[in-house]
Amino acid sequence: MTDPILDIENLSVRYRGATEPAVRGVSFSLGRERLGIVGESGSGKSTVGRAILRLLDSAEITADRMQFEDVDLLNASERQMLKVRGRRMSMILQDPKFSLNPIQRCGDQVAEAFRTHVRASKAEARAKVIEMLNAVQIRDPERVYQLYPHEVSGGMGQRIMIAMMLLTDPDLVIADEPTSALDVTVRLQVLNILDRLVHEHGIGLIMISHDLNLVRNFCDRVIIMYAGRVVETLAASDLDNAQHPYSRGLLAAQPRIGGSRGPLPVLERDDSWMQPEVRS
Amino acid sequence: MTLATDTTRPRRMPQSLIAARNIVGFLLRSPTSAFGLFVLAVLILTAIFAPLLATHDPFLQDLQNPLQPPGDGHLFGTDELGRDIYSRLVYGSRISLMIIFLVSIVVGPIGLFVGAISGYFGGWWDTILMRVTDIFLSFPSLILSLAFVAALGPSLNNAIIAISLTAWPPIARLARAETLTFRSADYISAARLQGASSARIIWKSIVPMCLPSVLIRLTLNMATVILTAAGLGFLGLGAKPPTPEWGAMIATGRRYMIDHWWLVTFPGLAILSVSLAFNLLGDGLRDALDPKQMNKR
Amino acid sequence: MKPIAVKDLCMSFGAVQVLHDVSFDVAAGECFGLVGESGSGKSTVLRCMSLLQGQWTGEVSIGGVRVRDMPLNDRCRMVQMVFQDPYGSLHPRHSVATVLSEPLKIHGLDRANERMAQAMIDVGLPVDFLDRFPHQLSGGQRQRVAIARALILEPDVVLLDEPTSALDVSVQAEILNLLSRLRTDKGFTYIMVSHDLSVVDHMCERFAVMQSGRIVEILPREAIPTNAARDPYARELIGASLAYERAV
Repeated sequence: MTDPILDIENLSVRYRGATEPAVRGVSFSLGRERLGIVGESGSGKSTVGRAILRLLDSAEITADRMQFEDVDLLNASERQMLKVRGRRMSMILQDPKFSLNPIQRCGDQVAEAFRTHVRASKAEARAKVIEMLNAVQIRDPERVYQLYPHEVSGGMGQRIMIAMMLLTDPDLVIADEPTSALDVTVRLQVLNILDRLVHEHGIGLIMISHDLNLVRNFCDRVIIMYAGRVVETLAASDLDNAQHPYSRGLLAAQPRIGGSRGPLPVLERDDSWMQPEVRS
Repeated sequence: MTLATDTTRPRRMPQSLIAARNIVGFLLRSPTSAFGLFVLAVLILTAIFAPLLATHDPFLQDLQNPLQPPGDGHLFGTDELGRDIYSRLVYGSRISLMIIFLVSIVVGPIGLFVGAISGYFGGWWDTILMRVTDIFLSFPSLILSLAFVAALGPSLNNAIIAISLTAWPPIARLARAETLTFRSADYISAARLQGASSARIIWKSIVPMCLPSVLIRLTLNMATVILTAAGLGFLGLGAKPPTPEWGAMIATGRRYMIDHWWLVTFPGLAILSVSLAFNLLGDGLRDALDPKQMNKR
Repeated sequence: MKPIAVKDLCMSFGAVQVLHDVSFDVAAGECFGLVGESGSGKSTVLRCMSLLQGQWTGEVSIGGVRVRDMPLNDRCRMVQMVFQDPYGSLHPRHSVATVLSEPLKIHGLDRANERMAQAMIDVGLPVDFLDRFPHQLSGGQRQRVAIARALILEPDVVLLDEPTSALDVSVQAEILNLLSRLRTDKGFTYIMVSHDLSVVDHMCERFAVMQSGRIVEILPREAIPTNAARDPYARELIGASLAYERAV
């Protein structure tokens, strides 16, 4: 990690009205690599992603340091953030059905997103969009350009979202459960496309997921979160050697194809997991 | 664990009491709905203690002292027959409250059940009930009430019936729309799988879900009801003359309005503050009964 | 324990036929899986079998009796269902006690309190949770309540519509363990819809692969690790799941 794109130290987020912070003391830095953030619902993993994009209006964000390249995310004004968000840093959400505007053609939406950040004529934008749709392996981009969101399948929709997010050539992409709404058969395709583009463009990727298999296969490093804290950080290839009982519990609870059919090991939660992380 | 759980029944009551307390607490926190609640409390107390609060007999004519300005023994002055306006207003609150009460207990259930049945069964039921609703909705409510009162004969009771007949359709519409969103919910399917009859599902599962929005709508409607009642009274189709109904008071005061402002001003202010109070309270209830708020309890 | 037979089940929504001649048999006490993409009609099969959806042709029988011929009360005590979304399957304004006592009242069953307490113990919840409302429960606890609701009428067949897909892995493990235990203890016959082959492999003896309203192949669980399917779509589905789990 020579030049970190993102450097976060001691990030805490507390939602307005909540007594306990949703995220506490999270630190990590990200180079041009793929980082997975894993945890169960309520572990604060999505909150971290949204805090980085400063999408949490109703929450109190504190940190010792939140640096994205030359931008200080903690103190950046909303105007500055508008230039960063979508242009240099973008987010892919879980369900394309909710992230695409239902009354606008898919292609036009992508083109419009592009033109808000990059000065280009309509024709240029269109050419660029078609090229990008090609890159996400949409077979007939000219036709798909004209389709409305309800006319495309989930996998196609998510590929369109990826195209939209990568079109401005961002340095950081945050993917929040990008494939959990998709069928198994298209999940891998979409992930492979995302993976290839992230590699080709040298983008830093934060993949937020509940699925250990997914981060194992598509990330370099993994952060495991529990109750708003990072309990363990380790290389994805070392996931099987995770030390923390929570990480081990999560791995064991997943039924496996061809596994024994005995009762699955059940996670016994421990209050001591609320303590700061074990580095391995 | 062999616990006798016969204590579960009585424990449910406090739950709803807690809910009611939470709702009132929520309403009091916002100044506007607190104002609504306050005016309503004053109205109810006035109605209950009318004989104690009134300074004069509201029907007692004093032809020696007609059209006295406010002050001098008559807080709000006297009307053309020398009756004390303040006392008439105080007794008038009983009539307003009665109209509101009777209209709500007629309109709420009718609207709720028509809407729930039409939404739950769909098909023919829906078509027939909704077309009937449409017919009622296609007339301005005051005109329709006028027609009903004209047909039934002018009296306070007929005015209440007429207002009720015109006030249920919007509630039925609302209840139907709500029902449609719950009809395909899994908990309705689960109830059907348990062998619950349609009546049971509507009563136990759908009605409780529609109730908050119907209550809100009903509260907001009260302002309209009061205005319609006052309108009918004003047109001489509601309460009969000696009755101290606010609208009727304005109607008779109208003739003397130019020189004797107090005849219409005080009943007008009473109507204004009560209908405003219901509107504010309805707005407050909308926030208080919001499902997102419910979850925080 | 009752066997299930489904024969030539066809269903249309208006002009669109969503199920085409679906046929399969489930042995008594078996757990049978239905897998396929979203929109392949696997949940619709369950809704037809339970007669939540009535406009179908064909034949569904449980224990040799056609479901259409069963009186309503018998059918309810024969087949119950557990739904996918634990947040949508419990009435938000009904306490757990209400959820569990309703079916008992409908069927006029005696010893209501005892049965409710037993159902709570069966699904591993403390009995004093009866006073709680759904918003006071976690997702896993809600799903346990939904299971308790299904088993309180002592059915023979339980239809599971993606019972764990909305839950976290660790909670999924608890619920799957619970479902397995209940099957052994109570002799349930399960039909389980899932999109997750590892769950199907863990729970089911056999499973059917569905694609656009048709069953393309019925396979034993042993066919998953080796991908022994013959139908191209079934091969693709199993292959993708295997690749997803093993991909490096």
